[in-house]
Amino acid sequence: MLGLSALDLARIQFGFTVSFHIIFPAITIGLASYLAVLEGLWLWTKDRAYRDLYRFWSQIFAVNFAMGVVSGLVMAYQFGTNWSYFSAFAGGVTGPLLAYEVLTAFFLEAGFLGVALFGWNRVGPGLHFFATLMVALGTLVSATWILASNSWMQTPQGFEIIDGRVVPVDWLKVIFNPSFPYRLAHMTVAAYLATALLVGASGAWHLLRGENTARVRKMFSMAMWMVLIVAPIQIEIGDQHGLNTLQYQPAKIAAIEGHWRNEPGAKGFPLILFGWPNMAKQETEYKLEVPHLGSLILTHEWDGQIRGLSEFPAADRPDSTVVFWTFRIMVGLGMLMLLLGLWSLWQRFRGDLYDSRLFLRFAVVMGPSGTLAILAGWLTTEIGRQPWVVYGVMRTSEGVSNHSALALSLTLGVFIVMYFIVFGTGLYYMLKLIAVGPQDLGPDRPTPDIDLSGNTPLHERPSRPLSAAPDISI
Amino acid sequence: MGIDLPIIWAVIIAFGLMMYVVMDGFDLGIGILFPFVKDDRDRDCMMNTVAPVWDGNETWLVLGGAGLLAAFPIVYSFVLSALYLPLVLMLAGLIWRGVAFEFRFKADPDHKWFWTHAFAWGSYTATFFQGVALGSLINGFKVEGPSYTGGAFDWITPFSLFTGVGLTVAYALLGSTWLIMKTEGDLQRRMIELARPITLTLLAVIAIVSIWTPFAHPAVFKRWFTLPDLFFFAPVPVLVLAAAFGILHFLKRDTHSAPFVLALLLLFLGYSGLGISLWPNIIPPDLSIRAAAGPPQSLGFALVGALFIVPIILTYTAWSYYVFRGKVKVGDGYH
Ligand code: HDD
Ligand code: HEM
Ligand code: HEM
Repeated sequence: MLGLSALDLARIQFGFTVSFHIIFPAITIGLASYLAVLEGLWLWTKDRAYRDLYRFWSQIFAVNFAMGVVSGLVMAYQFGTNWSYFSAFAGGVTGPLLAYEVLTAFFLEAGFLGVALFGWNRVGPGLHFFATLMVALGTLVSATWILASNSWMQTPQGFEIIDGRVVPVDWLKVIFNPSFPYRLAHMTVAAYLATALLVGASGAWHLLRGENTARVRKMFSMAMWMVLIVAPIQIEIGDQHGLNTLQYQPAKIAAIEGHWRNEPGAKGFPLILFGWPNMAKQETEYKLEVPHLGSLILTHEWDGQIRGLSEFPAADRPDSTVVFWTFRIMVGLGMLMLLLGLWSLWQRFRGDLYDSRLFLRFAVVMGPSGTLAILAGWLTTEIGRQPWVVYGVMRTSEGVSNHSALALSLTLGVFIVMYFIVFGTGLYYMLKLIAVGPQDLGPDRPTPDIDLSGNTPLHERPSRPLSAAPDISI
Repeated sequence: MGIDLPIIWAVIIAFGLMMYVVMDGFDLGIGILFPFVKDDRDRDCMMNTVAPVWDGNETWLVLGGAGLLAAFPIVYSFVLSALYLPLVLMLAGLIWRGVAFEFRFKADPDHKWFWTHAFAWGSYTATFFQGVALGSLINGFKVEGPSYTGGAFDWITPFSLFTGVGLTVAYALLGSTWLIMKTEGDLQRRMIELARPITLTLLAVIAIVSIWTPFAHPAVFKRWFTLPDLFFFAPVPVLVLAAAFGILHFLKRDTHSAPFVLALLLLFLGYSGLGISLWPNIIPPDLSIRAAAGPPQSLGFALVGALFIVPIILTYTAWSYYVFRGKVKVGDGYH
């Protein structure tokens, strides 16, 4: 298909399915913690607005969670179908880690999700809060396992190769591999940021439409505080993450920077702001650069040097053109998030947080930016580690199954059509739910059971995620 | 070490897959029966009977996959790459069906038909390709490396296509007997009507598979038809017949849960028959459980989590079936 090799197609297929998948878990992680905060605040302050917000966001959480499960189902099989040599080789490490992810996910789904979504009138407030906390914790633990697996593939350690297979000898080393703490921190904070931006955008959208209720103001204000505090933290973590990558995957950093070779003599290297890395010519064309800034950021020295991409064998170079740009998209969006946070502080200071239309419009536009930055970040990470699937140990081309380009094109077609219809409908539904906005649920009941149609007795109500969402036709 | 990790894991995975087959079996059966029930309100009711539990049922499939990768990476790699197309189609079927559960009820009237079709077609596709995968596994693969090197369409054989159809009939039986238990009135009568021919068809399918398998696969033949094994295994076919006649008998008496329980027994027997045929291999004809196991460090590490969490999942599952016990009436709202 289009002159793509079976390897290219397998990579596209994996990238396509995992890119859809990651969007949902990121929002799941963020919303779960947000719900826990909302419920905690409600129990503490007795302010009904928090409970109404919990109710509102838990519906969106439910739809999002269901999408995460369905897209994750495919991921669990892709390693075997598309990367069978990789799985046979490294399954001793990635298998148990994946099994733990799935087990944790089920554990939380089985035990606590039902209570959190449906148990308002069945258990007391303390126990309900506990269930919400466990759901939040579960999402974080689940992410920890899968990121341990991914980080191990990036910076493998704690194993031996016996009979051509990876044998884990020290699980602590496997899990706490060098890039794991950075990746875990960066991804978790990314999930929080993406969620805050989503919540903020929906608040701003309702404000712009004149729904200036206490609930909407509260969620908007909370989201803006979150962005203000978390965006700088994320930038700092990202910087540290980059330094860690420089140590373990220098070719990736050289590709990200579009840095091909050092000047003769111990001279510092510039930071290239924009340009077009040309893999064939081995240079970055049309570049706009700031002298010595690259050295300062990456080595903290005026004349520090890092290895240029040309110093690596041609077969070991990741595609600089792509990661150069995906990285800049991520960082650029990060800077815009910082701007949003600072602007919100300024508006707050002037007492004009909920009325400035320009500012609110900016907050709406920034809604998807967290998700986009996450995708850009993952593309940087994954494409930047090429041509390795287990860094320095197994090449991607050695890990791929022996499928024909025909078989892969066929299945890729199936996935693309299906994902756009299925997840498109899911996203559309979520947006419609967001557009309804948080409702005033009245003073008496902690929250009505999810029965807007009014015809099902509670005990017959299925405790599945999506059934927590009300009837809006799609 | 004293503990036989590969065998423990083989038992856990076999158990997980069995849970999957019997549990997702009856809810896939609901979709398979959709074309035989025309009334939309009846269809709503059919879906309502499994709505609270279906996604828990699918849990076992994911657990089986992850467990296989953790404990038998070679098998996972090999089987999944060999059965690439049928498995992708199976997953596609499961996805359509899974989201149709949710979207069909939320859809406005103009779009409902789309999700109705997605549900029925999804169920057929998923079941058929599961059966095909099963048949191909019985046919066996020549394992020469961790990845399958044969053709993309080698899984298409008369035998595997037949097992695909066979599994569809089996799930239809589970679905119809489940509905007999969970519904009443017209819908229940319709299901009783359907269950009779389905049982007879299934009996024929089982007979054909039981003859076809040993005669086409010498190793299976040897396992069943050598003494003294023959005596140990002889009860299996006898019990199969007893169960099938039990179902037919109770269908007349109108007892509500007996046909379903017997249908579960029937599936369980079929599953154990398969286990007997394969043992001690994990991929026929010659990859054994022990040879396929991953490093003991991996098996041991993953076992800790499985032993801790699987019992919790089982308890929860039992509890949710208990909570949602009883009949579901046509016209009851769901979600
Ligand atoms: C547990 C492992 C794992 C995790 C959590 C991720 N990836 Fe990855 N990714 C792989 C394991 C992997 C892989 C199996 O190792 C691939 C396949 C080929 C390869 O080199 O790495 C890969 C390839 C791969 C590709 C193909 C591009 C290429 O090979 O150059 C893309 C676009 C992504 N990934 C994107 C993502 C995104 C958006 C993720 C966010 C969830 C992500 N990956 C998480
Ligand atoms: C390519 C690698 C990945 C695979 C194979 C994978 C696999 C899965 C599977 C099978 C599920 C469904 C579990 C269930 O049914 O409840 C799932 C859900 C989840 N995944 Fe992933 N995943 C991957 C990447 C990621 C990443 C990168 C993250 C986060 C950083 C993540 C976080 C989660 C979370 C929190 C859940 C549980 C919540 C939910 O189901 O939506 N996953 N994943
Ligand atoms: C603005 C400053 C930022 C810097 C300097 C930065 C730095 C980095 C670097 C160097 C990587 C690649 C690490 C590797 O592959 O080894 C990375 C990956 C990533 N980034 Fe960023 N980042 C920034 C902002 C953001 C923002 C705002 C988000 C999302 C909201 C984000 C999300 C991600 C994700 C999801 C990954 C992939 C997972 C990982 O490897 O951690 N980043 N980032």
